[in-house]
Amino acid sequence: MLLSELDKIVANLPYGEGFKFVDQLLEISEGHVIGVYRFRESEFFYKHHFKHQPITPGVILQECMAQIGLACLGSYLTKDDKQYQGFVFTEAHINFLSQVPPETTVVVTAKKEYFRFGKLKIITQMVNEHGQKIAEGWMSGIAIRE
Amino acid sequence: MTTTEIQDQLFAIVKIYLPQDVDASAINKDSHLMNDLNINSAHLVDIALDVEDAFDITLDEKDMEAMQTVDDAIQIVKTKTTG
Repeated sequence: MLLSELDKIVANLPYGEGFKFVDQLLEISEGHVIGVYRFRESEFFYKHHFKHQPITPGVILQECMAQIGLACLGSYLTKDDKQYQGFVFTEAHINFLSQVPPETTVVVTAKKEYFRFGKLKIITQMVNEHGQKIAEGWMSGIAIRE
Repeated sequence: MTTTEIQDQLFAIVKIYLPQDVDASAINKDSHLMNDLNINSAHLVDIALDVEDAFDITLDEKDMEAMQTVDDAIQIVKTKTTG
């Protein structure tokens, strides 16, 4: 089976299954990316966050935004340049606006603010399947060169 | 623009990106941005972009590599603004 360009980016992400928060990319271009993820009831953190009341931790929501907005978009932007070996997360400022219970599907949109000297900065937001905003802010990562 | 004016603006830009445990008084002309002031590579890019905006110049990869100390940055700005 031939994977589409979008599926290939997701398949090549460096995260293991328990910490991969991208199911599918819907769109990608030089300037933006849109991706989705469904938070499964079986995710490891629901047992502990919180005790008897599973809610997706903000740090995991932020990781999901970083995986789609930085790792996926970064992979697309550096696809023709073999000196780049992936991205490391360097900075974030995110406002969390509503809670995410298990089995929520989130849609993450990220717009490139700039990609210069290996640093990618994005403006990003996350909404749920009803279009309600969950989080928004900006984050950046820097490309690792070999 | 005089060297002092460029230097003052550069000090103000660099100050924004200092780690918490480095005091602004540590910045001088010979400070190495990464080795002396502990500025990381992500913030080095921020400094370069702020320098572009402040002096209305464009930096390339070569300038970025040459910009090791505060004085290197002053020299780059001088060359680009008089060119």
